[in-house]
Amino acid sequence: MDLTMFLSIIIGAIFINNFILSKFLGLCSFIGISKETKPALYMGVSVTFVTTCASIITWAIYNFILVPFHIEYLRTIAFILVIASFVQLVEMVIKKFSHALYRTLGIYLPLITVNCAVLGVAVLNSEMFFKPGMNALTSFTLSALQGFCVGLGYILVMLFMSGIRERLELCDIPPSFKDAPIAFIIASLMSMAFMGFSGFRF
Amino acid sequence: MLIPILTMSIMGLLFGLGLAYASKIFRVDIDPKINMIMRALPGANCGACGMAGCANLAEAIAHGKADITACAPGDQKVYNKIAEILGVGIKVRKQKIARVRCNGGKRSSDKYEYQGLKKCAGVNLLAGGNKECRFGCMGFGDCINACPFDAISLNENNIPVVDGLKCTACGKCVQACPKKIIILENADNKVYVKCLSQDKAAVVKSICPVGCIGCKICEKLSGGVFIVENNLSRVDYSKVKSDTPWQAVIEKCPTKCIVKT
Repeated sequence: MDLTMFLSIIIGAIFINNFILSKFLGLCSFIGISKETKPALYMGVSVTFVTTCASIITWAIYNFILVPFHIEYLRTIAFILVIASFVQLVEMVIKKFSHALYRTLGIYLPLITVNCAVLGVAVLNSEMFFKPGMNALTSFTLSALQGFCVGLGYILVMLFMSGIRERLELCDIPPSFKDAPIAFIIASLMSMAFMGFSGFRF
Repeated sequence: MLIPILTMSIMGLLFGLGLAYASKIFRVDIDPKINMIMRALPGANCGACGMAGCANLAEAIAHGKADITACAPGDQKVYNKIAEILGVGIKVRKQKIARVRCNGGKRSSDKYEYQGLKKCAGVNLLAGGNKECRFGCMGFGDCINACPFDAISLNENNIPVVDGLKCTACGKCVQACPKKIIILENADNKVYVKCLSQDKAAVVKSICPVGCIGCKICEKLSGGVFIVENNLSRVDYSKVKSDTPWQAVIEKCPTKCIVKT
């Protein structure tokens, strides 16, 4: 557990392996909620919170339930189960204690329940860090960090996209390209730009 | 074979029970009136009341933070229903209407020939619009596109006209207009000054034949109902009397910028 490891995870999760533009996860919310900057930012913050917490919870589930019973192959089902219940629980808690927070972030939580980016983080973590020989504390810290950074990468791309789409509102686009089609074209261009971070491999 | 099935079932059962228990602990009691008001509202989520949607307005009304007549597209039936739900007296809202406070259009002179994107917001970015008059309508119809009720159209002078029957005073056009010349006013006040130019008379005369020049004829004729400030006449509706000589004022206005709907 040294600094290079941390740095490579941070930069890797935010830029090189950006979940939206390189791994193509979480695309439905990426297209759906990127029309205005404010909702996009709130959605990003919610996703960051959930990915971080989901990384921690799935780490616990994997190490304390799946490994002792030797049923690691059931990780996808188990992760879906815990993430879905966890998001439901968070929604309830927020609704109870902060109505203002519920109205800004809470409305996106049902969308995140089944978001592939969140499950993607958990699966990626289990592939990268949950190895038998690894120190428990190391794998815990690294997976929590990766969950957080994936969320940051998500916020970054959401902000780019919503900023561009806000400006697009004022542009003269052919009617057949309005809304989703032009958004997909922009997404593909941004995705190619992000390929530059990983370097071209032929 | 048994172990994976058992573990998964137990996990599912535990989470399910946990959530059920949590929903009891974290239960939020919602005022049933909010749902009833919500059903009474039009449900268009147009945002004209200034809230994010009908649900937020229903909550605000139920808590007394918003007036029962706050819903802009709602009519008297809606207000009566809300009043009944809350058990308060029926309230009549003064019907408002959007009015375009410019009559220039094609008749006022252009500053330059605009070739760009045909939108008011676009032309307004370029030296404050293509009209010599910095207060006037540029006529690219952002308000027409913004209107959810199809109530606005351009007339032969390239000036937007609001259809009083279709207008619900939602305020979308007021927000869309970069010159802020569409204003929500009480529909009962029939006479208004169709100009917002604060330029001096000489300037107005040189660029627009129908702009207010601040000559104060209306002020004298009406006995103070019309007030001229900053070279611009306006009506003070609180001073209107039953014998205000509307017709005479409208006829005597030298630039014919006082109109009656």
